[in-house]
Amino acid sequence: MKLTLVTGLTGLLLLAAFMELLRRRQLREKYALLWLGVLLIIVPLSLFPRLLDNVAGFFGVVSGVSLVLFLGVVFLLLVCLHLSWEVSRLEEETRTLAENFALLRTEVGVQRAVRDDLVSTDG
Amino acid sequence: MVNGRRVLIIIPALNEASCIGGVVREVRGELPEVDVLVVDDGSTDRTSAVAAAAGAIVATLPYHLGVGGAMRVGYHYARDHDYDAAIQVDADGQHDPRYVPKLVDLLDDCDLVIGARFAGEGDYRVRGPRRWAMMVLSVVLSWVARTRLTDTTSGFRAANRRAIGMFAAWYPTEYLGDTVETLVYAARRGCRIRQVPVAMRRRLAGIPSHSPVRAMVYLGRAFAVLTLALTRR
Repeated sequence: MKLTLVTGLTGLLLLAAFMELLRRRQLREKYALLWLGVLLIIVPLSLFPRLLDNVAGFFGVVSGVSLVLFLGVVFLLLVCLHLSWEVSRLEEETRTLAENFALLRTEVGVQRAVRDDLVSTDG
Repeated sequence: MVNGRRVLIIIPALNEASCIGGVVREVRGELPEVDVLVVDDGSTDRTSAVAAAAGAIVATLPYHLGVGGAMRVGYHYARDHDYDAAIQVDADGQHDPRYVPKLVDLLDDCDLVIGARFAGEGDYRVRGPRRWAMMVLSVVLSWVARTRLTDTTSGFRAANRRAIGMFAAWYPTEYLGDTVETLVYAARRGCRIRQVPVAMRRRLAGIPSHSPVRAMVYLGRAFAVLTLALTRR
């Protein structure tokens, strides 16, 4: 009973945190959908931890909790991988921005110099 | 103009305020008709100001990107301003600008010309793991590029219009990516690559690293970069 209380409370807290972030529009939709899906699995499991025992038995895992742990680790690894990929892409994008910014600043500087030159020679 | 071509010298520079002025003035003195673009790769010193005072066009990156980022700015600029050739020269003064016309001359028949340090001229020497890494790199890259390349990590290279267009769109920022990976990329896309022997001078500032640990790390990274580059298309 104690266990159900701990996991259930954790599940509900996660749900609350997620809803709050969504409400404040702090999450992009693609992530919102992902975490919503995760919560749809986590909350019922946190209230009834033995829910997956039958499924676990089918895969040769003794307890449903172990299966959840295993799937959880795999899922988190995939999330980390995805985030590394996302960060690499963002770095490439900011790199391109920085380069284009440097080029534009050079162009503006050259044109300003030409204009100043014209002004000073024309008097 | 060098031999009828519009030539841009690209100098990537990071905190080189002490010698960039001398390098720019020397290039402009030896080659009065070329344009010099110094790409300041997020320096914290006065590199940009010193380079501009010496008469270079200066592009300043808002933060440090690595040689690859600086070089892509250079090739982008060369493409936008319709240069026939772009030559990368190091900011530390180890490359002699008098070799530039020699490199440019070969751009009729080649897309990418590399000024190589070990090909006969000069007395540049390295030892230990760094030397092994360079030897393996040169053997593998010579095979990939179907030409003899002895100094694959040289930062003294000339590109014609085709290579400029290619590098303006794609140029890696990773370690060794600017040298090793670009060679594999260019060779795979049918670019003709050649090397020209050049004598390197001692750097005007800074000392090359000779620590054996660093050399081993260099060896490992060189293999990693090479293996990845070869598995890509």
